Amino acid sequence: MEPEKEEFRSQVKLIYRYLVMTLVLIAAVFIGVVTILIPKEINSEYQEIVTNEVNIDPSEIVDGIHIPTGFQEGDGLPIVIEACTACHSAKLVTQNRATREGWIGMIRWMQQTQNLWDLGEDEEAIVKYLATYYAPEQKGRREILTNIEWYDLDK
Amino acid sequence: MKRRNFLKKASLGSMATIMGIDIVHAAAIPKGYIPLLFQDNDPYKLFGKDEEMTLLNDKPWNMEAKAHLLDDKVTPSKYMFIRNNGLVPKNIDVSKWTIVFDGESIKTPKTYTLSELKSKFKHYTYQLTLECGGNGRSEFNPPAKGNQWTVGAVSCANWTGVRLRDVLNDVGVKEDAVYIGYYGADLHLSQDPNKDAISRGVPMSKALMDETLLAFQMNGEDIPLAHGYPLRLVAGGWPASASGKWINRISIRNIVHDGVKMTGTAYRVPCKPVAPGEKVTDEDMCIIESMPVKSLITYPKSGAVLKNKRSLEIRGHAWAGELAVSKVAYSIDFGASWIDCKLEKATNRLAWQHFSATVNFPKEGYYEIWVRATDSNGLHQPMLLPGWNPKGYLNNACHRIAVKVS
Repeated sequence: MEPEKEEFRSQVKLIYRYLVMTLVLIAAVFIGVVTILIPKEINSEYQEIVTNEVNIDPSEIVDGIHIPTGFQEGDGLPIVIEACTACHSAKLVTQNRATREGWIGMIRWMQQTQNLWDLGEDEEAIVKYLATYYAPEQKGRREILTNIEWYDLDK
Repeated sequence: MKRRNFLKKASLGSMATIMGIDIVHAAAIPKGYIPLLFQDNDPYKLFGKDEEMTLLNDKPWNMEAKAHLLDDKVTPSKYMFIRNNGLVPKNIDVSKWTIVFDGESIKTPKTYTLSELKSKFKHYTYQLTLECGGNGRSEFNPPAKGNQWTVGAVSCANWTGVRLRDVLNDVGVKEDAVYIGYYGADLHLSQDPNKDAISRGVPMSKALMDETLLAFQMNGEDIPLAHGYPLRLVAGGWPASASGKWINRISIRNIVHDGVKMTGTAYRVPCKPVAPGEKVTDEDMCIIESMPVKSLITYPKSGAVLKNKRSLEIRGHAWAGELAVSKVAYSIDFGASWIDCKLEKATNRLAWQHFSATVNFPKEGYYEIWVRATDSNGLHQPMLLPGWNPKGYLNNACHRIAVKVS
């Protein structure tokens, strides 16, 4: 009984060693492949990510509007694009108007219910941007009809 | 740096390269999070919508009609508004589609395949008005957050399906049932599989109505993908959010359903009137049930210039939630005088009613045609904005079009 148990144990140890060695080998090959395959530019972009450098192509700004998103040009735009279009469309922002408190309220709601992460020190820049460029307009109890496209009905 | 972290960031970097944008603070973005790739699909082609429809939001898809696009008596799919809360389900396999009935107030949970539903229960077709609770939100002051619907988040199509009541009778519901709550296959925007995009419902009284359907057809064809293919709960006359899309589960609850967008401020208005901009606590917000009386002028399109004539045929639709519309009147003098329109009866309960009139203008000039419907309880549409509420629901102020007579 005893020697059999001993032999079983040693076999288990052997299999375990082989298993670990195989895993190490696979990991080594994987690291090698990843290092070779990831181009330099991605590594340099990674640097950009860390140093918080953001590029918005100036040609994408037309008449004060960032064409790809529809956001108004202004301080904080890159950080707004990053935070506000991760989950939803920029259109959900640009069609809304709110005060500083209103925008903070929406951010809190998204953090509490929609998985928005802690914005940290970026929050101030985001709120400032939103409250500046997407502030409420006084509309009264009913607006006059605007943007009427006149057309000849008889034609 | 730990290799795992490096790889995580490198992959985010690669993704950013593919998207052609930079992601700042990639490290702050939670693990497993996939940044938004702008959906390069054209929603007009993707969902077969008319080019004149207004796109309010592309993630999630939200699109509305303009008043003149809604001129058909039965709304075709191309003019039907889209209000999505999450992501449209992909790779739907109809042959494997099932719907589960469960909840505290069910005797034994039961599952039906789609084909079982179709073969086991009698089919009914009703024309049903579906209006987004937030239709008209854009007019509120102070503004309310959310999609800024103008007038076009309403439709009235023919829906074919089985009565929810018939299915519930077959399932077996306990006497303590209070509410039903639906669940659909649409994924939450954050792509978190543990979150529901929306899970609303209706009280048992509404669930058991003749016209409350588990529908599998719209206007005689399979329901279009954007509108809930292959199975939709349709509860006409209530905020359209009660008519859940891509339905795969219905819970029979012994409490008011507490799913996503049933609680807090969602689809709720202050229980008692408040001043514009006033803060309202969640406890003082009440669930919207039947939608209020409302109407739309669908012909002519606003901006008509009349030359050499002083009369104009107008037409449109009016609806009143659970109620019927008893009267529609128009005014060309800013509400000083009202003239009755011709009003047709509804095809069936909860369908909109058509009105028409011949408007005569006394002299040249700028006019606005206002139309005001009255429900069977005698309530009119207001001419100004109705009671302000924090989320901007239930704006049923009368529709106005501009006309010039020269």
